[in-house]
Amino acid sequence: MRQSSVSSRTLPLTRLAIIAAVVGVAAVAFAYTAGWLSPDRLTPKKLVASLAPPGGPALGHRRNHAKGICFTGTFEANGNGSELSKAQVFVPGQYPVVGRFNLATADPNAADAMVRVRGLGIRISPPNGQEWRSAMIDAPIFPVSTVQGFYDLQMASATKDPDAMKRFIGTHPEFLTFLKWAKSAPWTSSFAEERYNSLNSFLFIDGSGTKHTIRWSLIPAAQPVSISPEELAKRGPDFLEQEITQRVASGPQHWSLVVTVSNPGDTTADPNKAWPADRRTVDVGTLTVQQIEQEADGPCRDINYDPTVLPVGITTSDDPFPSARSAAYSRSYNSRTAEEKYYPRSATGAKQ
Amino acid sequence: MTTSRKRFTAPQRLLHWLMAVCILSMLFIGVGMVSTVTTKYLTLVQIHKPLGIAILVLALIRLSLRFVFHAPALPADMPEPMRLAAELSQYVLYALMIGMPLIGWGMLSAASYPVVLFGSVHLPSILPVSPSLHTLLWHAHYYLAFAFFATILMHVGAILFHKLVRNDGVFDTMAPVLTHDQPE
Repeated sequence: MRQSSVSSRTLPLTRLAIIAAVVGVAAVAFAYTAGWLSPDRLTPKKLVASLAPPGGPALGHRRNHAKGICFTGTFEANGNGSELSKAQVFVPGQYPVVGRFNLATADPNAADAMVRVRGLGIRISPPNGQEWRSAMIDAPIFPVSTVQGFYDLQMASATKDPDAMKRFIGTHPEFLTFLKWAKSAPWTSSFAEERYNSLNSFLFIDGSGTKHTIRWSLIPAAQPVSISPEELAKRGPDFLEQEITQRVASGPQHWSLVVTVSNPGDTTADPNKAWPADRRTVDVGTLTVQQIEQEADGPCRDINYDPTVLPVGITTSDDPFPSARSAAYSRSYNSRTAEEKYYPRSATGAKQ
Repeated sequence: MTTSRKRFTAPQRLLHWLMAVCILSMLFIGVGMVSTVTTKYLTLVQIHKPLGIAILVLALIRLSLRFVFHAPALPADMPEPMRLAAELSQYVLYALMIGMPLIGWGMLSAASYPVVLFGSVHLPSILPVSPSLHTLLWHAHYYLAFAFFATILMHVGAILFHKLVRNDGVFDTMAPVLTHDQPE
């Protein structure tokens, strides 16, 4: 002990250097983990920022699917889903739902006729507290195959370079399948006439522990009536919200929740690839939309429709998108809830 | 309050080193998960929540042990500013060990997220859904995480200073094994 005291007096610089090195290495490791030393890392921040229109994001609103309207209703399980998943939401019964019809745009004031992709977010709350949240869109496939591809698409769309999109398609030819749908699929004049698809695959785990890779869709009871985009453009900018409000006021609207089970060998990690039409489907219950409420004061406003909020009996699959969506949605949620004052609640709602 | 023991008791030392691993992992997981959109994100988030609650429980046990067994006295020849820093840092570390998990839990509650530990084990919501509360807690969680890491770096730097420069036995009060002959 005496000896080491002596040596510490004779070699303080070396010892101090050791201390500085230990602390410094730890700090650098931390900075690396945080991504500060990796400017090319695709972070939630970059991904979410890429969605913003040229004038910046609409403060207080979701960073994508920014325009929407809330609904409440129920999901009535018929019991058929229990064969595939032990989740309580599939046990016969009626469970409350808070959802949101929306448009895939970063602009909450976009004219409805200008937005090609429509979406639906849903939260089903069974009594055991094991929520199931999902955010679906009416496109049958996702525009791109990878998360990086989605970011590249935003970058290509945002730039003024006329060749950017060509280059993007050159490296992401799968986007053409989506474009084909976007150009040719019929439009409807109602949220109630849309089919909404999970696109991402998930795993259902049944009572015996067997995993089934599945996707799901909400199939409307209302008969879709196609209408030309020119005709839609003549309507008011918010015709979809007005239409669904009136429609639900005159009677609840229904969708069947249909689960599609993949066959071995199907592509499960790429939401740009549809599964063949002959895959087994199971109708697991009915979504009923009973009431529409404006988003500003509505019950969906403060919900993040994070697709990874799943009950026991459902988990993510090898599809990388839900994780990326969760990371980005969380970022969007943190930003918009901090900007609440830019998206005021109305007088009645402000009281809460 | 101090004890005449030269070292912390074995359960206190065990908890210290166990929590050191947990908390460092936690801070790296936290800062790492918010920087990625890969599938690592979900994996890390799923570790972050139960690990945070585990740290909260361990910290409460550790605090109780501290009240029961106290801490060995600091060396009598320690300069006053150093003594003050040592004592203050312990308050800060305890506050963060207990506060951070509670803030995280409250933040999830205020955002209406289910607080899933694992499988069907959920924690109840501890706050009403509120964007303003969520924002406050989220900012606190974010900035305090960096403060926590900085405090730990200072803690490590200080204890290495005690060991390597002063060699005053402070490190040995918490050392998992004695590094040289010193009567218990």
